[in-house]
Amino acid sequence: MSYQGKKNIPKITSDRLLIKGGRIVNDDQSFHADIYMEDGLIKQIGDNLIVPGGVKTIEANGKMVIPGGIDIHTHFQMPYRGTTTVDDFNQGSKAALAGGTTMIVDHVIPEPGTSLMEAYDQWRQWADEKTCCDYSLHVDITHWNDSVKQEVDNLIKEKGVNSFHVYMAYKDYYQMSNSELYEVFTFLAERGGIAQVHAENGEIIAEEQARMLQMGITGPEGHVLSRPEELEAEAVFRAITIASQTNCPLYVTRVMSKSAADIISQARKKGNVVFGEPITASLGTDGTHYWSKNWAKAASFVTSPPLSPDPTTPDYLNTLLSSGDLSVTGSAHCTFSVAQKAIGKDDFTQIPEGVNGVEERMALIWDKAVTTGKMDENMFVAVTSTNAAKILNLYPRKGRIAVGSDADLVIWDTDSIRTITAKTHNSAAEYNVFEGMELRGAPLVVICQGKIVLEDGNLHATSGVGRFIPCSPFPDFAYKRVKARKQLAVLRAVPRGMYDGPVSEFSMSRGGTPSASARTSPTKQPVRNLHQSGFSLAGNPAPCGDLCNSTGGMSTIFLKDIPSFGVSVMVVKGAV
Amino acid sequence: MQIPAPHANTKGIKFLLKSKVKTAFSCCSLNERLLIKGGRVVNDDQSFYADVYIEDGLIKQVGENLVVPGGVKVIEANGRMVIPGGIDVNTCLMKPFLGTQPVDDFLQGTKAAIAGGTTMIIDHVTPQPEDSLLEAFERWQEAADKKACCDYSLHVDIPQWNESVKYELELLVQEKGVNSFQVYMAYKDVYQMTDSQLYEAFSFLKQLGAVVLVHAENGDLIAQEQRKILGMGITGPEGHPLSRPEELEAEAVFRAITLGNRVNCPVYITKVMSKSAADTITQARRKGSVVFGEPITASLATDGSHYWSKNWAKAAAYVTSPPLSPDPTTPDHLHTLLACGDLQVVGSSHCAYSTSQKAVGKDDFTLIPEGTNGVEERMSFVWDKAVAMGKMDENQFVAVTSTNAAKIFNLYPRKGRIAVGSDADIVIWDPDSVKTITAKLQQSASEYNIFEGLECRGAPAMVLSQGRVVYEDGNLQTQQGTGRFIPRKPFPDYAYQRVKFRNQVKNKQGVTRGIYDGPVYDVIPTPKYITPAPSAKTSPTSHQPPPIRNLHQSNFSLSGAQIDDNVPRRSGHRIVAPPGGRSNITSLG
Repeated sequence: MSYQGKKNIPKITSDRLLIKGGRIVNDDQSFHADIYMEDGLIKQIGDNLIVPGGVKTIEANGKMVIPGGIDIHTHFQMPYRGTTTVDDFNQGSKAALAGGTTMIVDHVIPEPGTSLMEAYDQWRQWADEKTCCDYSLHVDITHWNDSVKQEVDNLIKEKGVNSFHVYMAYKDYYQMSNSELYEVFTFLAERGGIAQVHAENGEIIAEEQARMLQMGITGPEGHVLSRPEELEAEAVFRAITIASQTNCPLYVTRVMSKSAADIISQARKKGNVVFGEPITASLGTDGTHYWSKNWAKAASFVTSPPLSPDPTTPDYLNTLLSSGDLSVTGSAHCTFSVAQKAIGKDDFTQIPEGVNGVEERMALIWDKAVTTGKMDENMFVAVTSTNAAKILNLYPRKGRIAVGSDADLVIWDTDSIRTITAKTHNSAAEYNVFEGMELRGAPLVVICQGKIVLEDGNLHATSGVGRFIPCSPFPDFAYKRVKARKQLAVLRAVPRGMYDGPVSEFSMSRGGTPSASARTSPTKQPVRNLHQSGFSLAGNPAPCGDLCNSTGGMSTIFLKDIPSFGVSVMVVKGAV
Repeated sequence: MQIPAPHANTKGIKFLLKSKVKTAFSCCSLNERLLIKGGRVVNDDQSFYADVYIEDGLIKQVGENLVVPGGVKVIEANGRMVIPGGIDVNTCLMKPFLGTQPVDDFLQGTKAAIAGGTTMIIDHVTPQPEDSLLEAFERWQEAADKKACCDYSLHVDIPQWNESVKYELELLVQEKGVNSFQVYMAYKDVYQMTDSQLYEAFSFLKQLGAVVLVHAENGDLIAQEQRKILGMGITGPEGHPLSRPEELEAEAVFRAITLGNRVNCPVYITKVMSKSAADTITQARRKGSVVFGEPITASLATDGSHYWSKNWAKAAAYVTSPPLSPDPTTPDHLHTLLACGDLQVVGSSHCAYSTSQKAVGKDDFTLIPEGTNGVEERMSFVWDKAVAMGKMDENQFVAVTSTNAAKIFNLYPRKGRIAVGSDADIVIWDPDSVKTITAKLQQSASEYNIFEGLECRGAPAMVLSQGRVVYEDGNLQTQQGTGRFIPRKPFPDYAYQRVKFRNQVKNKQGVTRGIYDGPVYDVIPTPKYITPAPSAKTSPTSHQPPPIRNLHQSNFSLSGAQIDDNVPRRSGHRIVAPPGGRSNITSLG
């Protein structure tokens, strides 16, 4: 199934296809039916379909027919210090198709200080030229100010982007402060965007990296030692807190460790709108390889957050994926050659970060979760395709086999067994982090935009046919709950009589209480009142400072009257 | 019980020797010999019937049928509980707010403490940013020496982090007897520290062997929320809890623990106010983190629903940070965790401001001075809500009100235990006394008591401080200025023993590898991608001039045949192949 060049692509004369005798598996149910496709769309589903003559027919022989996979996280052709990742949009999307994925969502990463819009246009241009399957884009927000705000607004309204990625790591570079995150999340919640976070505590990482280098640890093991998994869990916790304050749906990219996954599942139990995305690497392998004696091998596993050295992690993440606590799977496919990785051969902080996984994603989940009995085939479709489509607001156009949906589908062979190796994979990278792994389950036929692109192990991908699929804001999957809560969570002040008792004199000169120090009380300097004397707030208080008796007259506040107070407002808040 | 005669004398002397002539007092207490007969001694580990003989402010003998000198004053305990005096680990009796002082100073505050069965307080020295820690410490010590009626010690708060602070901290630990310092994760632009600063502070304090106290709230988010809430026109005290929801506390607790784990440093969370913060601590302890949690009287006895009171002054009286949780099931939950040992210490965070002081924030809740009362009610509420309810036994009661605090802050067994050689700070506890809390009868000078009207079972019948009876049947016989500063040594075993072992275990080692001599990608000399901090330490090869084209190139293969073997190398790749043949990475290990 190696790539042979464009000359072998057969001319598909007709845009009409019929899949006969397959078992359609959607995320909600499975049933036997035929599928008729025309012009890249699914036109009919059912038994004994009436179709025009001369239609190419594929016999599924009872095999599963599933919606094509959606890889919601890729970094194809990503610029890095003047070079790019070795898999460009052509190479990368071919690998995707070979693995049964018919749509990818790539990250646009503008340099801090540059225009988001220009970066977006650049990525569009690259992708339009080369991709072999449909794609969408996330845009990373690498710095925050008013002009960025304006650009984000335009991207949502005009450019079909509904998800934006922010960083809690990479100190002094991409990293945002809590206040900035709060503002970004608030803004995205208003505009109906999804906030994606790279969750790691960048400040502690910077300290730990300095410490590791000081200790003389310069190899790839320093990467994982300086980024222990609790830093990931901490940041996830913080991101969830900020998102819940701003009532913004949160999407945690790259869930790499058990503790981070636990935090997400706890938050979901409390009702937070949060989605977790484990990636192929965290579902399939672990971080013990960072200690490999082979530098190049160890370096090929470097990604952030790092793979957890705990070998039980993949199994655990697959379990949470099966139970629905983690929602989607990406690959974070971002491949560098060994020579590129070797930039950091004397300093692990310089190793470019990224692992492969776009091709292996679906087979790996089938092997680790479905064949082990953790997950059923419908859930498999949900986590590899449908949930992603729902979050991106592309459902049911993508992620479902239904009349009117795009004809992106896969005939899945549940029994085929392959051994993963860099020799045969479709990526241009020399290493494969899953090297030697035997995986059960593979795509038999892949249909993308109504055309057969994989058949009998031969890939017939065409560069540049991939279309940009615009995503609209306010996806129901994330925003329905948020909208309802917005109506409930209106805070109200307690109407009280004016407090007209004594006010202590104070100076604003030092140590004011936070932020709002500008708003001083207008009655800063109480005039000394001659009524004075017998005013008492609490019966007969012990002698106190000179202020107790300073002003007087009757005040509206009496100790003993304890009227009812409105607790209801806050209860609502608590429930959210 | 008789009224102790010598006290009439000492009271007289007090006025004669009003200035601080401490030796004179200790002379008087020299003669003070006391025997507590027939009590049930309750320590944190066991209870037993024994007599306690006290001389010179120390416990000299514990046992039955003691041989004591003649003329000893005898106190009949009649089988009642004899417990170590309470230690209140969190008071703020001198915390300035916009130039004013709390109404309870060291005199008023320690009187209230003694009336509640607490015989030692640890107060917070709260210097302002820019202030010298050392000077602030001395100011506090001077004030306390003049006024305190019971023994005390001091925590020092670190308002900001820089080099000069480091020097002062070292001095405070090594010469001044301070082993605990508080850092703030809240109060943006005033006290708040960034994560990097916290990391440094933790690392430094750990070297000194100090206990790190953390005020855990996410200050950045609070500042945002405050702005939002004020923008919505909410200016009353209800804005306080609305702008500080409990998850901000839980988040900060989680972060503090993470930092503590990284640095391998014990972390002590002051003022645990909410269920979620307490749960976070519990989970961390399950995983082995060295973390301690301190709920306070207010969070154990009342809740935040009062912030919505129509009575402004009442609502404002509850303002403290982190705020009381509006969830009314919070106190019960915290008591449960206290009883099972997941939370260790009870403080009061007593910081009493008068209503007129609170009224500084009458038009803006962010200006309301923060603080609630609780030093007097602390022990009674733990008894009432935990022991009387059957959640906790009497030994655990002693542990959380006294012994654990003594252990964490390295005062044990001088304080926190009834044993031979310990200080004679002793309380005879009456588990059946019932009283109703009201501001009218309290020792504190504030007009409001946030526990107003609550009925509370359990109270001290008699309190001994430094071997003297200072409280008996509702009468205080305290003496201003008798309180001694108790210095504390660093590296308390209770917190540091595990840390020390982990230090030894935790030494990380790099992997010894052959030198990587394969191709290295040539990076543009102006690295735009700055991976964090140690950006100075770039690889020496990363700034090389463009390499000379090597003719060996071509067939170099890392993993057998590549699918792109037939594709010419893309022009973007420039490979630096070293002279000298094969590298050690030619196989997929």
